[in-house]
Amino acid sequence: METFIHQVVAGIATGGVYASMALALVMIYQSTHHINFAQGELAMFATYMSWTLINAGVSYWLAFTCTIVLAFVLGVLIQRIIIRPVENAPVLNIVVVFIGLLVILNSIAGWVFTYTIKSFPSPFPKEPPFGLHFISSHELGSIGVTFVLLLLLFGFFKFTPLGLAMRAAAQNPDSSRLVGIRVGWMLALGWGLAAAIGSVAGMMIAPVVFLDPNMMSGILLYAFAAALVGGIDSPGGAVLGGFIVGILENILGAYVIGTELKLSVALVLIIVVLTIKPAGLFGKVIVSRV
Amino acid sequence: MSRTLLQVTDLHAGYGATEVLHGLTMSIEEGSITTLLGANGAGKTTTLRALSKMIKVRGQIQFDGQAIEGKSTEDIVRLGVAHVPDGRGTFGSLSTEENLQLGSYTRKNKQECALDQEKMYAYFPRLKERRQQQAGTLSGGEQQMLAIARALMLRPRLLLMDEPSFGLAPLIVREIFDIMRTINQVDKVTILLVEQNAAMALDLAKYAYLLETGKLVLSGLAEDLKKDEAVRRSYLGH
Amino acid sequence: MSTNISSHEKAIPWIWLVLGLLGACALPFFISNYHVFQLSMVLTYAIALVGLNILIGYSGQISLGHGAFLAIGAYTTAILMDKADMPYWMTIPIAAAVCLVVGFLFGLPALRLEGHYLALATFALAVALPQLLKFKHLEFLTGGVQGIVIMKPEAPWETLFGLKLNADRWLYFFTLAVTVVMFVIGWNLIRGRVGRALIAIRDQPIAAASMGIDTPLYKSLAFGVSAMFTGVAGALSAILVAFVAPDSFTVFLSITLMVGMVIGGVTSLPGALYGALFIQFIPNIADQISKAAPWAIYGTMLILFMYTMPTGIAGLFRLIGQKLRPTHP
Repeated sequence: METFIHQVVAGIATGGVYASMALALVMIYQSTHHINFAQGELAMFATYMSWTLINAGVSYWLAFTCTIVLAFVLGVLIQRIIIRPVENAPVLNIVVVFIGLLVILNSIAGWVFTYTIKSFPSPFPKEPPFGLHFISSHELGSIGVTFVLLLLLFGFFKFTPLGLAMRAAAQNPDSSRLVGIRVGWMLALGWGLAAAIGSVAGMMIAPVVFLDPNMMSGILLYAFAAALVGGIDSPGGAVLGGFIVGILENILGAYVIGTELKLSVALVLIIVVLTIKPAGLFGKVIVSRV
Repeated sequence: MSRTLLQVTDLHAGYGATEVLHGLTMSIEEGSITTLLGANGAGKTTTLRALSKMIKVRGQIQFDGQAIEGKSTEDIVRLGVAHVPDGRGTFGSLSTEENLQLGSYTRKNKQECALDQEKMYAYFPRLKERRQQQAGTLSGGEQQMLAIARALMLRPRLLLMDEPSFGLAPLIVREIFDIMRTINQVDKVTILLVEQNAAMALDLAKYAYLLETGKLVLSGLAEDLKKDEAVRRSYLGH
Repeated sequence: MSTNISSHEKAIPWIWLVLGLLGACALPFFISNYHVFQLSMVLTYAIALVGLNILIGYSGQISLGHGAFLAIGAYTTAILMDKADMPYWMTIPIAAAVCLVVGFLFGLPALRLEGHYLALATFALAVALPQLLKFKHLEFLTGGVQGIVIMKPEAPWETLFGLKLNADRWLYFFTLAVTVVMFVIGWNLIRGRVGRALIAIRDQPIAAASMGIDTPLYKSLAFGVSAMFTGVAGALSAILVAFVAPDSFTVFLSITLMVGMVIGGVTSLPGALYGALFIQFIPNIADQISKAAPWAIYGTMLILFMYTMPTGIAGLFRLIGQKLRPTHP
């Protein structure tokens, strides 16, 4: 029974990482209707930046904060410089640009930091918290950080004027311009925030899966699946989807099919969900008038 | 008292390769209500879109003496031009109150914005009842009121209104036209009104322009156009 | 993406085709065996890209998982040659049939999904297949992680018209013949009723259905046919490489195919060839430019291509052709 609880709890911990990445995907999707395939690589790159700072002697939480800021700036720059020229291009072209970005980031990370797997420190103690057996301190801390992040984001979007402006720009760019919102910069901000969220996700998962340039590709796939399960236009759904996928992955891996096939089985299950509920669990089915 | 707030000279605008406005020249007097009339496809909506630079233009537009034909929509808004677009342009998934808050997005003094919000609720009590409701679920008339209120939250000097009567019951239209009269007389907002409902528009406005296939064919005092033979037959139905 | 069958597809420039074919036949006698092998691989990619184009360009669906059909075709050939001692040329139609059926069956439920959801489903297919190929309990058939090694076929004759024919050259001609056949099939499909139905479904699905086009059937057929093309490409590549293994068919292969299609030019048969050339040779060029981070160069080239050639290489040639041709009065 205890191992079952531990699997579920571990699933919640990784689920938090998937939820954060799914949220980042949904944010960019809502404002641009594009899936950012390079989201994982951005997160990986940010995590490497953090590793560099920590190795240079910077304390963990200071490095953590600096990385979030650096990731934000990187996201804004990428949107302004690389994505803006193809904003209105056909969707396939945009997908190719994202893939190009993905490959560039992966390659540069491999070149600068090499492909040797590195360990990434966890800020949380090694001993389990409060003597509990089914959860490690890192898992508890990771869940905590994820919740704080999601809470901050929710507060930002719901209660601040800038958050409101970003929501407006995502929904209706034309009307947003008519109230004076600089829509282009809202897009850049969205990218910056998504990159920052990704950096947190990366720093939380790196102690578990170890740091290497390819660490985020599986995670991005889960995040994509989570976002779809929750409904690609629903931030709340994406978060919930992330936790569901995290728990599902762990249970499947431990009890049903073993680690080699768990990815395939998880994906197949998700697709089954989508055939029953094509817009995801919380997505809005848009009835289009003929 | 008869200062020109908006001066348009030889304005050309269109969509892609199709030109819709072929050299429009008009001036809007500060503090007045001017109406732009014309049949479907005459270019009325295009004119307003050109003025708030939602489309590319050729020609000169001067707002309060300043050339704005090269400015972006967001900058023109900050100069005090509010545009209520055709189709209302409400943010459907946001609440009524959030829509109002967005109207004053560019203003710095948040206390004044809060006061203005209360003023809008006084003008439109129905919106106050529905302040937390999702804007997309409001009725057509309420959405039109919301769109006007949102524009007024800017404390604009010039209000561009695109077919406010469209699709609304006559009683609601009357209410909205009364509001327009009030904000013009009390809040001193200059209004450029694009309308299909020529009769009501000519009753409300001081000046009128008539647009036909992208060119101005008639202009002058509204009461004169009301008596004009051609206008009466084509647009007033008698 | 809403181009119809435009005039460049109706009016075949016969002279270029004949010259091109003659050139293609002559080429292997002037270049090294390795380059001949590379060109054969280009031809297989071209076939795969025609398949992908039928699905994405003409029928407006999406697939991030066509690498899976390359794998199915390749493994069908490998298993038949290795376990059933079947001659290589006989495996090609069988691989085609297998992929046609698998693709059609995959298309049936998948067509309920649109856009991103379909992308995820196809992506899942691409992820799942290599894992399945490595699965312990299927090792007796697939050879597990090690894969299957097959005997590279010998040329049936010593010389052809007095020119020396070795295995690589023979296989090149064999591949070229299959490629021509597949392109002709593809061209007929696109120009005929099927093609028009697919384009109708892509552009106006509701109108197409109300005109009596059996939309689900055609969408699944599009999947099946595109899988068939890709399966043939996979079968050929297995023969050329003489080896199949799960790690040759990763998700990255599926993405490469899609990238190749967009760069070559969507909705274009010649585009398949340009895209195939890009897939085969650009990574080499990128490697020569920078040994340290070749994929960064590759990625940069992808982005630059999209900035400068949004309609692909085929689109660029089309534009040049229009500029050079005198305008009709």
